[in-house]
Formats: sequence, structure tokens, C-alpha cells
Amino acid sequence: MTTTPSDADNRAHLLRLLGEIAPEADLATLNPDVSFRDQLDLDSMDFLNFVVSLHRAFHIEIPESDYPKYTTLSGCLAQVAALRT
Amino acid sequence: MAEFVMPTLGADMTEGTLVQWKKRVGDRIAKGEIIAEVDTEKAAIDVECHANGIIDRLLTKPGEKVPVGTVMAVIRDEGPPATASLQPQHIAPQPVLRQPIPTPAAKTAPLPAPSGRLRISPAARKLAAERGFDPTGLTGTGPEGAITLEDIARAGTSTADIAKPAGTAERQARMRQTIAAAMARSKREIPHYYLSTTIDLSHALAWLTAENARRPVTERLLVSVLFIKAVALALRQIPELNALWKDGEAVRSERIHIGTAISLRQGGLVAPALHDADRAGLGDLMQRFQDLVKRSRAGSLRSSELSDPTITVTSLGEQGVETVFGVIYPPQVALVGFGKVLERPWVANGLVVARPVVIASLSADHRVSDGHRGGLFLGELDRLLQEPQSL
Repeated sequence: MTTTPSDADNRAHLLRLLGEIAPEADLATLNPDVSFRDQLDLDSMDFLNFVVSLHRAFHIEIPESDYPKYTTLSGCLAQVAALRT
Repeated sequence: MAEFVMPTLGADMTEGTLVQWKKRVGDRIAKGEIIAEVDTEKAAIDVECHANGIIDRLLTKPGEKVPVGTVMAVIRDEGPPATASLQPQHIAPQPVLRQPIPTPAAKTAPLPAPSGRLRISPAARKLAAERGFDPTGLTGTGPEGAITLEDIARAGTSTADIAKPAGTAERQARMRQTIAAAMARSKREIPHYYLSTTIDLSHALAWLTAENARRPVTERLLVSVLFIKAVALALRQIPELNALWKDGEAVRSERIHIGTAISLRQGGLVAPALHDADRAGLGDLMQRFQDLVKRSRAGSLRSSELSDPTITVTSLGEQGVETVFGVIYPPQVALVGFGKVLERPWVANGLVVARPVVIASLSADHRVSDGHRGGLFLGELDRLLQEPQSL
């Protein structure tokens, strides 16, 4: 699978946002298909702060009903790509 | 005159280390302003002043560890200083001369002090001695490079005068020791009793979903804020649980400051206060809770947030816990726990249906209340969570 520059930018940006929420985490080893909660020990407050960060950084609207789509790195990348096009 | 003492920021604190003063001698300070940063076993805390006035003396040096209750500074009322030694230097009025506007270089480069004996005013020397501060390396701004009282006061905020807070590993080890000490004291001294009840959350969660749908993402609520507010309101009905044990008796608190247990990302926990939680709207409470979590994890809590809680609320549902059997944080007399929100069979109108439920538990001090009152508290909590719109 090839990665477009845009995907790479989004990925780097997402990892930066996650790093602000979980500064002690080793994001280089993050499995893109496993939930952030399981890998980074995020609680609901952390997750809400992450969603707010996404909203601000990518200027996207995220209804609460869509939260499950943002629980993994892969999910976030797909959502950001879909909503920004 | 008022004294600023090393505050107690919880039952587990016996001493603290001054990291830095946030005010200098001669500065004006108002009640509630930050006067110092103090390193405790748990975190570096911004400590608020409880008096209005002028900083008259700073008695503790950065890096110095002192017991709780030690006088660290003296604050005098507005007006002339009480001690001659600390009076600002009297500077005779200079004749006003019309001079060319100095160049920036001339403004920023004070005259060098002649080599040999240190040129320093007696008042400045005395203040430096009181602070345990060696003025030798300072660049004076007085006549012929003399070090003035102001130079010494200003030096109080230089990086050389800021103690290094404990590192992460050291702090974690110390935090574990202090938590252990406080919890051992709690179990030794407080005759706990435990009650729990299962609360149907279907109304609360349906209301929360609708409420969050109309709120922008930046203002959405978490269910834990509903729990905190409901606890605060229930305490109005059962006020004996909102008290502190002091000198052999329970002293009820007029105000309801909910200590919210917040886990720190690298281990340990703190339980800072959400002040007057019963009077805050849910939106306001959520914003304050978010801020408190952020600052707890960043290590920038205020002293009043650690010293003021009148009860603690802990939610462990995110870790999959169903029921919390909490240990009361002395001198508080109760702790309320919430477990995981689970879908469970529930009988309603003779039918078994699936409902989201949570187990709320109460750990309470039998010296202060009994099971009957504790049961009434949990009943009131349940009732309040059935009417989330009125929280």
C-alpha cells in the first residue's frame, strides 16, 4: 500500500495530537488498528480532549454518535480523509 | 501582620519544599494570589496567600524543606514596613536634569563595580543574608555598580534561586509512600462502613445523549459530571457526610467541595476539589473538571484545590470495575464510588428489560454517620440521577 503525502501529513498530525494527550506513550509502536484506549490507557476525559483536538486541528465536526469511528489511528485517518475532501 | 505558613495540602502531607517564591519583598499581594510554588510528595503546587498586604519578609529559602505549619513569610498591612532592616533604601531625590536620551546600550549596561570589596548597601546585604543568598555574583544597578535592596529582591526570582522539583521516579516512590501512610491511617482510625446500590441510568444517559447532540464538541458533558453534581446535591440532604474530622469530632462543612480522584498518567493519584459543586451548572462543572484533570496531570494544581475537599468521589468504571470499596481520605468522613456503566437485566413494570446501570457505593465513617443515613444518601443519589434535567 502506498501512502500519499496527505495521509502522511495527517498521520503525523494525529500522532502529535495523541502525544499531547499521552506524552509518556511510545507512539512509534502504536498499532493503527487497535483502540487508543487499550494501547494508551486513555480515559473518557482523554478521549474527549482528543476529539476536541481533532475538531480544532482539522476543522471537522464530530457528533458524539461518531465517536466509535475515532477510536483507532486507522479510523481517524479514514474519517479525516473523508471529511476533508 | 500576617504569617504565611507551609500549608497542609492533605492528611498525608507533613512537610514541603519551597521551589520558588512568586513574590518579592515589598510586593503587594492579595488574598488568593499565588505566593509560592511548593513541592509536595505528590506534585509541585502553586500555593495561594490567605492575606492581603505587602510582603515584609521571606524566611524560607528555595530548596529548603520545612514542616507543615512553619512560618515561611511575613505579610504586613499596607503602610510603612514594620522592621527597619527591611525598609526600602531611602533614595534622596535627585535634581531633575535635562539630559540627552540615553542609548539602549547605556540603559542596559550598569557601571561595573570596582574590583576589590563588594559594593552593596547594608539593607541589601541583610536581605541577602536572610535569604541565604550570596550576592557576590550579582550585577548591581546602584551608584558605581552597588548592589541595592531591589537587586537582591529581584534576584529572588532568578533561576539560581529556583529549586529543582523532584524527578518523576522519585516523586512516584514518594507519592506511593504518602498514599500508603494516609490510607493506613484511615484504616487504623476510621471505622468504615460500606453500602452500595444499583442505579438505573437509562434516563440519565438518554438525557445526556440528547444534551450532547445539541452542544458543540468543546462543551459536551461526561456522565461522571452528572455523578459529581448528583453527589453534591444529595449531600445537601445528608450533610453529615460532608464534614471533616477535627480534634475528636466531626465538623460539618457549609460548602460542598468535591474531591475528584484523578489518576496521574505515570502512576499515583490526586483528588483536588471542585469547589461549591452543588451550586455549579453542569457546563461550568464540566469545564472546571476538564481544567482540573489537565492541571493535575501537568503538575500545576493550586493549594486550595488540594486542601479544601470535603468529600471524595472516585469513578473506576473505565478500568472495568463494577463496585468500588473506597478508603476514606482523612480528615474527610465519606467517599462515594462509581463503577462501570453496564447493561444488565432490569425489572420494570413486571417485565425484564436491558438497562444501563451503575453501582454507586458509599464508604462512610461510623463515628459520624450510620447505615440508615448512608442508605438515605444513596437513595437521594438514585432519585437525583432519575431527573438529570434538574441537575
